[in-house]
Amino acid sequence: MVTFVHSPALLIPLAVTFAAPMVIWLLRRDQNMREGVSFAAAAMSFVAMVSFAPGVLSGKIYTFTLFTILPGMTVKFCADGLALIFGLIATFLWFLVTAYNIGYMRSLNEHAQTRYYFCFATAIFGAVGVATAANIFTLYLFYEIISVFTYPLVAHHEDEEAFSGARKYFVYLMGTSKLFLLPAMILTYVLCGTLDFRLGDLVTGIFPADANPTLVTLTYVLYVAGLAKAAIMPLHNWLPSAMVAPTPVSALLHAVAVVKAGVFSLSRIILSGFGVETMDRLFLGIPTAYLAAFTIVAASIIALTKDDIKARLAYSTVSQLSYVIIGVAMLTPVAVQGGLMHIAHHAFSKITLFMGAGSIYVATHIKKISLMNGLGRRMPWTFGAFAVASLSMIGVPPVCGFVSKWYMAQGAVAIHHYILLCALLASTLLNAGYFGPIIFRAFFREPAPEAAIEQYDEAPLVMVAPLCITAAMSVFLGLYPETFLNFINTFKGF
Amino acid sequence: MTSYPVLTTLIFVPLIAAFLLLVLPMQQQTVRRFTLWTGFIEIALSIPLLNHFNLSDGGFQFVEHMPWVPQWGLSYSLGLDGISLLMVLLSVLLLPLTVLCSWTYIGKRIKEFHFCLLLMTSACVGVFVAMDLVLFYVFWEAMLIPMYLLIAVWGGPEKKYASIKFFLYTLAGSTLLLAAIVALYYQGGTFSIPDLLTQHFPENFQIWVFLAMAIAFAIKVPMFPFHTWLPAAHVQAPSAGSVILASVLLKMGTYGFLRFCLPMCPDASQFFAPAMIAISVVSIIYGGLVALGQNDIKRIIAYSSVAHMGFVTLGIFLFNQQGAEGAVMVMLNHGIVTGALFMMVGVIYERSHSRELLENMGLGKYMPAFMGFFGLFALSSFGFPGLNSFVGEALVLIAAFAESTKIGLVVIPGALLAAAYMLRMGIKMAWGRPASPQGKGWADLNVREWAYLLPMAVLVIYIGLAPGLTLKVIGPSVDRMLQLYKSKTEHTAQVERNTTLRPDVLALAETQPTGKGE
Repeated sequence: MVTFVHSPALLIPLAVTFAAPMVIWLLRRDQNMREGVSFAAAAMSFVAMVSFAPGVLSGKIYTFTLFTILPGMTVKFCADGLALIFGLIATFLWFLVTAYNIGYMRSLNEHAQTRYYFCFATAIFGAVGVATAANIFTLYLFYEIISVFTYPLVAHHEDEEAFSGARKYFVYLMGTSKLFLLPAMILTYVLCGTLDFRLGDLVTGIFPADANPTLVTLTYVLYVAGLAKAAIMPLHNWLPSAMVAPTPVSALLHAVAVVKAGVFSLSRIILSGFGVETMDRLFLGIPTAYLAAFTIVAASIIALTKDDIKARLAYSTVSQLSYVIIGVAMLTPVAVQGGLMHIAHHAFSKITLFMGAGSIYVATHIKKISLMNGLGRRMPWTFGAFAVASLSMIGVPPVCGFVSKWYMAQGAVAIHHYILLCALLASTLLNAGYFGPIIFRAFFREPAPEAAIEQYDEAPLVMVAPLCITAAMSVFLGLYPETFLNFINTFKGF
Repeated sequence: MTSYPVLTTLIFVPLIAAFLLLVLPMQQQTVRRFTLWTGFIEIALSIPLLNHFNLSDGGFQFVEHMPWVPQWGLSYSLGLDGISLLMVLLSVLLLPLTVLCSWTYIGKRIKEFHFCLLLMTSACVGVFVAMDLVLFYVFWEAMLIPMYLLIAVWGGPEKKYASIKFFLYTLAGSTLLLAAIVALYYQGGTFSIPDLLTQHFPENFQIWVFLAMAIAFAIKVPMFPFHTWLPAAHVQAPSAGSVILASVLLKMGTYGFLRFCLPMCPDASQFFAPAMIAISVVSIIYGGLVALGQNDIKRIIAYSSVAHMGFVTLGIFLFNQQGAEGAVMVMLNHGIVTGALFMMVGVIYERSHSRELLENMGLGKYMPAFMGFFGLFALSSFGFPGLNSFVGEALVLIAAFAESTKIGLVVIPGALLAAAYMLRMGIKMAWGRPASPQGKGWADLNVREWAYLLPMAVLVIYIGLAPGLTLKVIGPSVDRMLQLYKSKTEHTAQVERNTTLRPDVLALAETQPTGKGE
């Protein structure tokens, strides 16, 4: 039985992440203090999120309303199973990435570091807000905060490439959110009279049963198009362009905060906004699943053609994000479990891969996969972790990617859509096709003599340690998938 | 109720101060301090409005009534409701802020400049509280002269062209308004606005009065295609002039629609509503598109005003509570945000002596506090959730979608364009590389600049997150205007139904006896 608890404590993670950027700016003169703040804030917000876990697992849902804009349109927060999955990974990985950040930014002697840390922390504030949003307005508010404050991060290098990448990033995200998400939200408000999610229940949704089906369908399509952060094709193109950002940004924001905010928001709106019933009644789930299946396969094929490691990872992200969507859109319990778990599982593995790419760049200034022959011998820890995370992407047990894929495959069989199953399996092969060569080159190919790989050494400890931890976490989650599954199982009844 | 006539005080304090300014010999700095303190006193005097305003009453409050020219039926009567309260507060708040933002900007004819500012405040307050049509018209015209002077004397290089264009356009509108006022007097027998609000005029009469008033107000708003005076006036006006123009003057047009057109000409309003909605949508899209193509910062903001005011007229002519509430919210919020943006343009103009976007790129590095404020206002301007403009825009959009999904979907690109031109400008100013390297080493905001930007920023966030109180102020008054409109149009519909029904009834009466006979 679900019980609702009114809890002002929900504001703690938000307040911490809100205050962090201000404090970072105030302490901008002292490098160590400034970065210490990031650590402290990450730890505090993570602990605050964890403190809700026992209650949520025992069937409680915490809510708190902060501001009322209009009747039914409030700034309201909640902590339920879904919120905690995203909230926990965002704050936990922020802590690790902060360590990695320090290594990366100091080693490369990057400019404008205060602005960088300021925007980084604000983006996490946005992610925590998206995670704990209890209605569509709050979700929209924090979603937009992420868009605005990640722009300076993407444009960090301030050269032609950075500006054009960032412009594309902004045009896609802001354009879709204004053009599609805003009317979707307004239509929802007009149809339902409220924007509050139906918490504790994934079936009913908020749309009245007698609502005009055409308008509800239109609203749904607008949501799918409006949440471009989910990078469903054809609105995926911003993601590869955004890879001009410094690698830690790609790591956290483009494996966790930004893209996961997209798929999380879409899952949240499908499950707590529309509800399985409405989705089923209007046949919205399966077309979405097929669109996602197309994205999975097409993005994987494009990834095969990329030689730049970050570009390959970017397309891999596009493909993996659609796993979450495909799982949720199949609307059967087992597939939804798989899809939601994949939010967390993909986050841990993909962040390992990005951090690996960053370490390689810091240590060797190499970006091209074709130049990585033999590098694994000089950087065993980095490439070891990279290999583990690749196995997760491919879906090899016991790494965590396997578990979520297994659940989703079961879901596809359960609803007898074997084409979706084929897409999932094909993508496994394609994943092996584009991650395998990297590992193979690094460990087994003879290095080219002119590459002189002897000059290279492992990246600084502050960078290698986080990526080994996340790789280990990937294996841990593969062995104990209950970690996040239990949060999903707090929703009963469909 | 208060023991002294608050509204009269609010009108006459700046007026008296203005004449004292002319008469007393004062140093330049003294003139500035004197006007500033008058502004503070004016704000203090408006506090009773906040304290004693009855939130549950949608009618006119703080009513004052005195015969003026009794043989012509003229009276000096004042009063305000929720709609005008917000506009009055905004006008009053702007006086000290405009003085502060012209502190170093205005270098010549200081005394006359502040004289005009005080006169403007007086007239602005007067327009919103006048309860007599002739009095309203007097204030409406009184505003024209100081505004003309502000542009013509302290304006930019093309001030002559801009000020005359502004003057001619507005004057043309005013004559039509005067004609409408006279017509209303002959038909209704009174100049009193509360009395006229309750009368129901014949439909044909309404249409002519509506047309006359609508053109006058549409010029003031300005709605496409009467908007061309606005960019010229904004670009040439000194920043204080632009602030008053954008924040208060434009609102007089939409205020007129809501106060006069809807309740006095309800049938005509209903008749013309599709056209007005179409023009509003065109204004939104056109304003946005043109703003996107500008390279002069002030022009961008000026065209953005055309788009924003389109939202206001759209909300008004949807004839539902949310739309009209949203319209008044947009009026208030546009006043705050656009006023603030024009002040910020003044700030950079003082430093770079150029309003070209290309000359003012890459400020972020040298003026972080400036960019922080500018970013806040720019975000708010395009309706960022959680900031003030969003509330009004969302209400208008909700009303539009509730009315018809098509109207809603047509307006949405306007919201996109708003984001596009504001972000284009904001990003270029914060990040771009200046075309000429003269930007290096500009000083960031000083204390005086902080002082006039901070209140605006506080309002932006406060109204954005807690619009409840503001909506409570607006709600009952808007409801009353709409009730007047609805009861009258329903009455007309009833009458029409009866007239069309009658032949049937007669026919039935004729056929029945024959049927019986057979």
